[in-house]
Amino acid sequence: MAANDADQSGRKIILEVFRYRPDEEDEPRFDRYDVPYREDWVVLDALNHVKDTMDGTLSYRWACRMGVCGSCGMMVNGEPKLTCATFLRDYYPEPIRIEPLDYFPVIRDLVINMDDFLHKLDDVQAWLIPKEERSVSEGEYRQSPAELARYKQFSMCINCMLCYSACPVYGRHQGFIGPAAIALAQRYNLDSRDGGAEDRAEVIFSHEGIWECTFVGDCTRVCPKNVDPAAAIQQAKVAATKDLFMSVLVPHGTKEQ
Amino acid sequence: MSNQSAARKSKEYVRPMPVTWWLNRKTYFLFMVRELTCLFVGGYALFLLVLLAQANDADAFAAMLNSPLSVVLHLVALLMVLYHSITWINLTSKVMVVWRREDRVSPKWIAAANYVVWVALSLSIFGICWKIAGT
Repeated sequence: MAANDADQSGRKIILEVFRYRPDEEDEPRFDRYDVPYREDWVVLDALNHVKDTMDGTLSYRWACRMGVCGSCGMMVNGEPKLTCATFLRDYYPEPIRIEPLDYFPVIRDLVINMDDFLHKLDDVQAWLIPKEERSVSEGEYRQSPAELARYKQFSMCINCMLCYSACPVYGRHQGFIGPAAIALAQRYNLDSRDGGAEDRAEVIFSHEGIWECTFVGDCTRVCPKNVDPAAAIQQAKVAATKDLFMSVLVPHGTKEQ
Repeated sequence: MSNQSAARKSKEYVRPMPVTWWLNRKTYFLFMVRELTCLFVGGYALFLLVLLAQANDADAFAAMLNSPLSVVLHLVALLMVLYHSITWINLTSKVMVVWRREDRVSPKWIAAANYVVWVALSLSIFGICWKIAGT
């Protein structure tokens, strides 16, 4: 990488990186790294440079480096970002503070414990529960473009958890199911092939679910894939309220059930 | 849980959320302002109830409205209620999704429809009060 550098100016930028080494210290600290500044570098490039040439002990997650895998989420100057999609040039010449994603326990350096989120994906049953069983020989499920459009936006979630780091409700109380999990539940509830809305309702409509949300809206603002989880949650609130009204007005359900 | 993972878990660092969390980000601050405007919305509703309870006593009714303090409070309440209404009407498109085949009706139309209804209702109520005050 260094040999092909277009920028020979020798410009540098400072990274202030959160370090936590539980086997060495009880308290975290910040390490400063002076890294080369390149117009086309993202924060992840700078971190990789640190790990490759300056401090091999720095630990962090990354994979695709192109904003589709959701692995490299970190706090950059206090904002949840994908470090592969955050350019140094937007901060230069000021130093950049890099910390682990907010509201998650820190295992080591920039690596957080994401078990809570993974359990919630299980809790909301974030997979297709087919309305009608089909064997492979019966062929594929058919879905019109209009039916696809209903849930497509919510299917764009890459499970990067930036929304959890933006949500003050989750920050105060990690029991909250959270934006991504509810958006994914909505993605399946709105899928014409899916028949699992009732199964998910118990978790989604619980006091840890949609009703914890106070519509701060920051989850939508930080989402790198424009999933708009806040909208998903509010729409789920409307659906839940409709369900309640229907259960009162038509106690035994309609013939369609 | 194995000894190793139990030991690891107890050494995980949990960062506390400060009580001043809502001052740390502009969007958080604006959210708190929006939430606090509810106090003014509810407060004015209570004020109206007290006012109407004195509808038969013209002097007491006027006294509640005529003082400079009342005017200032009304202006503040008006600003708060306007902020409340505008922020919430702008969010209606998130809640109300109207589909035309494969496309969503633009969020702007949803918000616009709500604004029209809001303004129409407000003008009607204002007109009614004006007429009553005039008689």
